[in-house]
Amino acid sequence: MNNLYIVAVGSVASEVMDWLDSAAAEWFPFPVRRLPSLAIPEGSYDAARQQYQSVAVMKALAQTAPRDAARLLGVTEVDLSIPMLTFLFGQAQLGGPVAVVSLCRLRQEFYGLPADDGLLRERTIKEMLHELGHTFGLTHCSEPQCAMSLATHVDRVDAKRERYCARCGTQLAHRLGATNGGSI
Amino acid sequence: MKGVWPILIVDDEEVMCESMAAWLREDGYRVDTAANGRKALEFAQSTDYAIYFVDLKMPGGMDGIETMIEIRRLRADAAIIIITAYATVDTAIQAMKEGAQEYIVKPCNPQEISLLVSRILKLKKLQRENAILRKKITRQYRHSDVVSKNPRMEEILALAREVASLRSTVLIRGESGTGKELVARAIHYSGDRADKPFITVSCAALSETLLESELFGYEKGAFTGAGAQTKGKFELANSGTIFLDEIGDISPKLQADLLRVLQERRFYRVGGGEEIQVDARVITATNKDLADEVQQGRFRDDLYYRVNVIEIRIPPLRERREDIPLLAEHFVERIGHELGKDIGGISEDALKLLIEYDWPGNVRELQNVIERAIVTCHNGMLGECDFAWLEQRLGAHEPWKVPDVPLSELERQAIIAALERKQGNVKEAAAALGIDRSTLYDKLKRYEIAR
Repeated sequence: MNNLYIVAVGSVASEVMDWLDSAAAEWFPFPVRRLPSLAIPEGSYDAARQQYQSVAVMKALAQTAPRDAARLLGVTEVDLSIPMLTFLFGQAQLGGPVAVVSLCRLRQEFYGLPADDGLLRERTIKEMLHELGHTFGLTHCSEPQCAMSLATHVDRVDAKRERYCARCGTQLAHRLGATNGGSI
Repeated sequence: MKGVWPILIVDDEEVMCESMAAWLREDGYRVDTAANGRKALEFAQSTDYAIYFVDLKMPGGMDGIETMIEIRRLRADAAIIIITAYATVDTAIQAMKEGAQEYIVKPCNPQEISLLVSRILKLKKLQRENAILRKKITRQYRHSDVVSKNPRMEEILALAREVASLRSTVLIRGESGTGKELVARAIHYSGDRADKPFITVSCAALSETLLESELFGYEKGAFTGAGAQTKGKFELANSGTIFLDEIGDISPKLQADLLRVLQERRFYRVGGGEEIQVDARVITATNKDLADEVQQGRFRDDLYYRVNVIEIRIPPLRERREDIPLLAEHFVERIGHELGKDIGGISEDALKLLIEYDWPGNVRELQNVIERAIVTCHNGMLGECDFAWLEQRLGAHEPWKVPDVPLSELERQAIIAALERKQGNVKEAAAALGIDRSTLYDKLKRYEIAR
């Protein structure tokens, strides 16, 4: 129970995976390992909405999680949603081991703008911190600059910093200490 | 914080329920899900949800509108959001007519849902705050039992209000029946824990082992008959107040356990290995002189200093006789109403009798005496005869002793007392003393008594 795994769901640029590897290693006290990429689960596509069901992707991730996975983060290019909501930037099991981040709406191209790798990197790392924060039991934070604040629009993602606020950071350290069986 | 606002999602589609629940949980809410209207009603019966998301189309008898109507029958203030996949003007109108807070078409923009939820909760918070304020006001009026003309009692109430929002332990001292629990309640309900539980434990009523499991709870199988894990009063009082009555009566072992809870705010259930943290304000009461109990070695001194941070001493009723008429009238009104008897009041003579009596059982005894009088009263007014039995008790309670003084002094005091009783009327005083008016005048002159 001591590795943090990152896995691409469908094809994801290796550059993006590298960003996540190094950011995850910086923030979490686990060896970061990459799993071979996972096919987008069959039947997760919702033709009417032209989107993928996040719940199906999460299920597929949970099934592939290795036994020694402290956490498993999936990354995908496809646009995720749940029946009630038009889209999700990502999803996580609160206090559970699995989370997923979608790059689709973090890309400037989605909004009809020219690609911006620097911005994509920042947004992706913020969303990774956010979803992994949930897996360690953190809920949304009212501080807009905190990685744990709720973003319902990409502007709100940009308002965040690539870090947790003091309160969430402390809480996370506490949870990590408990998860890791010691101090970090 | 948001955990206090539970949300229920009602939809026959499991994916819809679970994914929405997961999304709201990430926001810190406590979320339950129900697969149909009947299940939703079961949940609503036991939990007062802040918001209900109800899908319009559900198979199996109850659709969204029917479910909403039934929920509203249970919980008139329920905020219900009707969800539908296909919006039609007709259903929207019907939903709003039946009292839906909102009608939304899925899928919904996350921002929209987030705003909707916070808007409803803002309203709920105001409603709850309003309810608490109302309760506070009515509670204070009900404390007319406590409110008195006596300056010492007024000081006590002022102190109670001052310490209400502190977490310090309070020790209330007073004879039995003086209203110690009432003062404890006044402290709880005027503080910032007013909307949290107020739990009372009478320490004198239970044996050591019973009291222990009552206070700290127990694990399944901790002793014969412990069929299921049970929370103790300390756990039930979490974030509220626990009132330990007759604290002077607890055993040395429990004194040690109590000291630990007061010092560390944590304890173990009986038979349990898991430490439980608790945030309860502790108010204790006793009719014993704890300082004396400490001296006698019957009460731990360290526990005494822990419980005696703020001390409130309620004077016995005989030390505040001016409150007797006030309290008597109050009880006549309240008990008369409760018993369905229309009692106009208490006669002057009866009141005088009540004021003279010593009330060893204090306010509680007064209340019981009034109740008995009301039950046996046959005209609309409580008179001296309704308390005749009290007069006997009055006589029996303190037999008159002849003071060790010269006979002349005795005579002088008898004359003064007679004049006082008759408000200085010499003719009536003489009659009461069984002497002539002229004899009385002589004696007044002799003893130099000014009328």
